[in-house]
Amino acid sequence: MELISPTEFARDTVQALQEYSVLAAQSVANLFRYPRYMADMFQQADLIGVGSLPIVVLTGFFTGAVLALNSASMLQRFGSLTLIGQLVSVGMVRELGPVLTGLMVAGRNASGMASELGSMIVTEQIDAMRALGTDPLKKLVTPRMISTVFMLFFLTIISDLLGLVGGGVVSSLIFGLDSHQYWSSAWQVLVFQDVFTGLIKPVLFGFIIATVGCYYGMSARGGTQGVGRATTQAVVASSVFILLVDFFATKLLISIFGYR
Amino acid sequence: MSAPPTAIEQPTQSTQDVSPHAIVFDNVSIAFDDNVVLDGISFQLPHGETKALFGVAGTGKSTILKLALGLIKPDSGDIYVLGENVTRMKEEDLFELRRRVGIVFQESALFDSLTVRENVAFRLMEEGDIGEDELERRVREALSFVELEHTLDLFPSELSGGMRRRVAIARAIITQPEILLYDSPTGGLDPVTSTTIVELIVKQRDVYKTSSLLVTQRLQDAFTMATHCFDRKSNRMVPLPPGTRGEVPISFLILRDGKVIFDGDAQELAHSRDEYIREFIS
Repeated sequence: MELISPTEFARDTVQALQEYSVLAAQSVANLFRYPRYMADMFQQADLIGVGSLPIVVLTGFFTGAVLALNSASMLQRFGSLTLIGQLVSVGMVRELGPVLTGLMVAGRNASGMASELGSMIVTEQIDAMRALGTDPLKKLVTPRMISTVFMLFFLTIISDLLGLVGGGVVSSLIFGLDSHQYWSSAWQVLVFQDVFTGLIKPVLFGFIIATVGCYYGMSARGGTQGVGRATTQAVVASSVFILLVDFFATKLLISIFGYR
Repeated sequence: MSAPPTAIEQPTQSTQDVSPHAIVFDNVSIAFDDNVVLDGISFQLPHGETKALFGVAGTGKSTILKLALGLIKPDSGDIYVLGENVTRMKEEDLFELRRRVGIVFQESALFDSLTVRENVAFRLMEEGDIGEDELERRVREALSFVELEHTLDLFPSELSGGMRRRVAIARAIITQPEILLYDSPTGGLDPVTSTTIVELIVKQRDVYKTSSLLVTQRLQDAFTMATHCFDRKSNRMVPLPPGTRGEVPISFLILRDGKVIFDGDAQELAHSRDEYIREFIS
């Protein structure tokens, strides 16, 4: 592996951060400029949202189920098995639903965006688009950003719901808990703070997935190998970014709303 | 190939552009990392003329086309396209200017997820305010110019290399731009297909009087263009009558080590005493 000097590394990192910030800012600014590519937004919403549904449904269901399984053994020791609904509900809605859905969609779509835009870069299609008088950021990045934010919001709600269903199935089939009791405790434990925290995160994560995926795609260099590298980097960077932002967003929201 | 008659309207020179030249490069330099590609080059492309750019691989021929479109910025120097200094324009303003310039990329650069119809119609669709019927008519017209009307619903991956180049030409000419930039349009093609492409370029030059920069490695293509003109009656490219050579609007520019070593017409090129140029054209 070629060694690079610390100065060069620092310069490249700062430059990459600057380029990413410009792309992210322009993707938002383009929302207020014409033309708006509604057809592209719907197409991306279908690809990102409907296309990710199976993986999100499976992830949500089994996360809720395994959360119920793991917590049941502990709750049984204290004779509080009836609290299982509350635990699954808070865990899914506040944290696991948004984060796992974000990570799943990042794995599926950040890579897809990076490889699609990267291929367009190396085959000069992005240059051709610019040469034809079309802004690639408006045409390609903004529709992906809007669609990902919008669809991840609803995918997270679906994931939360399926997580609760998974937890309910485990608690009634394996632990013989009354399903009515499970659902009423799961429902009643939730407060505005939980729902707000759980629904603000997918907005942030959706923005990260789309902008990071598009940034790595648009900065792909070096033919097919470069596209492959951009794809891998997009998944890694968006996943790490999601976990980092999750921590800071949680900390910020706790400092605003206080602990439950 | 005999090209079919077309009814595409003539490109009109913008009233904003009072410059006698479609493109002017003034002392332009650019380097990629430590590699100086263009070192203070200057040349002019008069309106209606085709200028063929030559040079060995890596001498910056394609870079000139990208610079002219503002796709990349030079390190120094000024580039004027249709009277506007593209080196000082913001990307947002460049999109307007690029609508008046067409380009055919080396590898065609067709959008692989779009059909031929959508590729050719791309610019018109982006401009909006055009009806479906008018759009279809313009697309068919542009495709009939390159004799590929039957490929409307095919994807680029279903076309041969030569057909892709012709679709790229159709995409570039659909709005009848004032300038056309061709980046190795005949590179890697068989002689018959190359002649077809050359004929289309000659037709564009002689019928629509479009100014163009042509990057090519094939000297014979440029000489064909210098010795032939497009005959509207027979709808085909025909050799110039004896004694009329040099009357077609074509010039040659040769690059070497980032500098322009020749800029002139076919006669001047043929009579050049420069060793390198003589070797190059032999």
